[in-house]
Amino acid sequence: MASLKRFSPLPGFGLAMGYTLLYLTLIVLIPLTAVGAKTLSLGWEAFWSAVSSPRVVASYQLSFGASLLAAGINVVFGLIFAWVLVRYRFPGKSLVDALVDLPFALPTAVAGIALATICAENGPVGELLKTFAIEVAYTPYGVLLALVFIGLPFVVRTVQPVLADLEREVEEAAAGLGAARWQTFLKVILPHITPALLTGFAMAFARAVGEYGSVIFIAGNVPMVSEITPLLIITKLEQYDYAGATAVASVMLVISFLLLLIINALQGWMQQRYTAEA
Amino acid sequence: MSIAIRNISKQFGAFKALDDVSMDIPSGELVALLGPSGCGKTTLLRIIAGLEYADQGQILLAGDDTSALHARDRQVGFVFQHYALFRHMSVFDNVAFGLRVKPRRDRPAEAEIRRRVKRLLELVQLDWLADRYPSQLSGGQRQRIALARALAVEPKVLLLDEPFGALDAKVRKELRRWLRQLHDEIHVTSVFVTHDQEEALEVSDRVVLINQGRVAQIGTPEAVYDHPATPFVADFLGSVNLFHGRVEDGQLRLGEHALGAADGSDGSALAFVRSHEFELLPGWAGRGGLPATIVRVVSVGPSAQIELSRTDGELVEVAIARDTFRLLGLGEGDKVSLRPRQIRVFPTEAQAA
Repeated sequence: MASLKRFSPLPGFGLAMGYTLLYLTLIVLIPLTAVGAKTLSLGWEAFWSAVSSPRVVASYQLSFGASLLAAGINVVFGLIFAWVLVRYRFPGKSLVDALVDLPFALPTAVAGIALATICAENGPVGELLKTFAIEVAYTPYGVLLALVFIGLPFVVRTVQPVLADLEREVEEAAAGLGAARWQTFLKVILPHITPALLTGFAMAFARAVGEYGSVIFIAGNVPMVSEITPLLIITKLEQYDYAGATAVASVMLVISFLLLLIINALQGWMQQRYTAEA
Repeated sequence: MSIAIRNISKQFGAFKALDDVSMDIPSGELVALLGPSGCGKTTLLRIIAGLEYADQGQILLAGDDTSALHARDRQVGFVFQHYALFRHMSVFDNVAFGLRVKPRRDRPAEAEIRRRVKRLLELVQLDWLADRYPSQLSGGQRQRIALARALAVEPKVLLLDEPFGALDAKVRKELRRWLRQLHDEIHVTSVFVTHDQEEALEVSDRVVLINQGRVAQIGTPEAVYDHPATPFVADFLGSVNLFHGRVEDGQLRLGEHALGAADGSDGSALAFVRSHEFELLPGWAGRGGLPATIVRVVSVGPSAQIELSRTDGELVEVAIARDTFRLLGLGEGDKVSLRPRQIRVFPTEAQAA
């Protein structure tokens, strides 16, 4: 007897989901499990001392603080970038559009060396800044600069299509109802692009936390001052302290994961507020 | 509030969207701007609203020149074809928007805002949807919310850009009847743009026909329908048949055939006959009229739509009451003579000039 089979209008769930889980396991979870396993080979005491020494804690603060700040800066300027690219027509627009992606493509070491060269005391920008008594190279500001540089494309590229998608008429409707320009921006445009801004923020942040190549050249890597966590991990590896390195890495992983989870939840909540179907 | 449009011209590159357009819209009227797409009617509406600026001319609202006023200061309500609702706001917040963005000294208290929004939602008969989001509404509901939102700020003038254009036929018909009732209730001077002649004739107090950036005719629906001023108006309103003929001794002649009485001086002429203004006589007997052959009959609804082929191959469309057509006992392939009851004639010389 044939049993009644219920057909879904979106077939292939089993296959697609199975593939997704397998892929996630192979590419993401197995390497991460290895990190966890290596970490577990330390005892609790050894783990704790490895991840809580003052030098390591200072590096967490720098890495996460600078990454959050850089992502925040990129949200503001990325939004302006996206705005200009979507709203205005000007000569050289496609060139600017292409240049935005350059931080994606450039080998990070090249970016790092370039930034370090121009910001060093005898570099063109460094000399200028010195007259204002600002030092960028070999300080936390240098770290921030590098992280801003590599994070810019994320916000621009996530906000750009969403902004382009916003109908002109919606803004005209707001103006017709008596809204001033800033009210239209705050009440109509910003809510529309906030989910995209959050996504851009999360991606720029995630990239910044893991960034290594472009930072180490300009940071100077002074312990307790301008030393980022990924560099500490490398340092530990070079000293054959594999378990210590993975311990620090696992702490970093957990913090990153929690932050991204929070951002995603926030974004999901905002999106759901006005796209939910009855 | 009355609207006076004075010598408005607008050019987009080499394209002349509006060419010296002038008209007066008295306070409290519901006026339709009617014309084919690309004729400039939407541009004119947007200029009245301040969403677009004219190259020349003035818009006077209640006698005051508004040309320098920004859209937000004109007190004009605008309804868009695609609703333009704020997607991230509930229906209630959409309608309240115009009240909430007022400067603090003019802004009503929150309780007053609630009361007014509720009343508006009742006016558009959608108060039960206050907490929904636009994505959860049907097209007709969205447009009614857009209308309530526009009315919330008590505009002096209401402008509607193809308000029913994105809706399906049945909803469109309901909604335009409803708009007419609403207008009779609130009497705000309203201008709506449409390319649908039936809609314009049914809803408006007066129709402004626009063609290629110029006003072709202004008048009540009856006046423009019965007395079209130009061949464009005659052609645009209702389904018509066009004949190139000659007027001789008060008769319209097509080659050797006399069609019927037509006023106007002698000479070659463009003649228009509406499809329902024909009589059908069986056979090609020499009783006058235009010989033709029935090609196709669609007998659905109150009248039969008949497609005929003239002896020179041109097609003629005729609509007659189904009962009348049945009594004639005619079918596809039969030969008939067409006799117009009414002919509108425009001398060809004037057309060419």
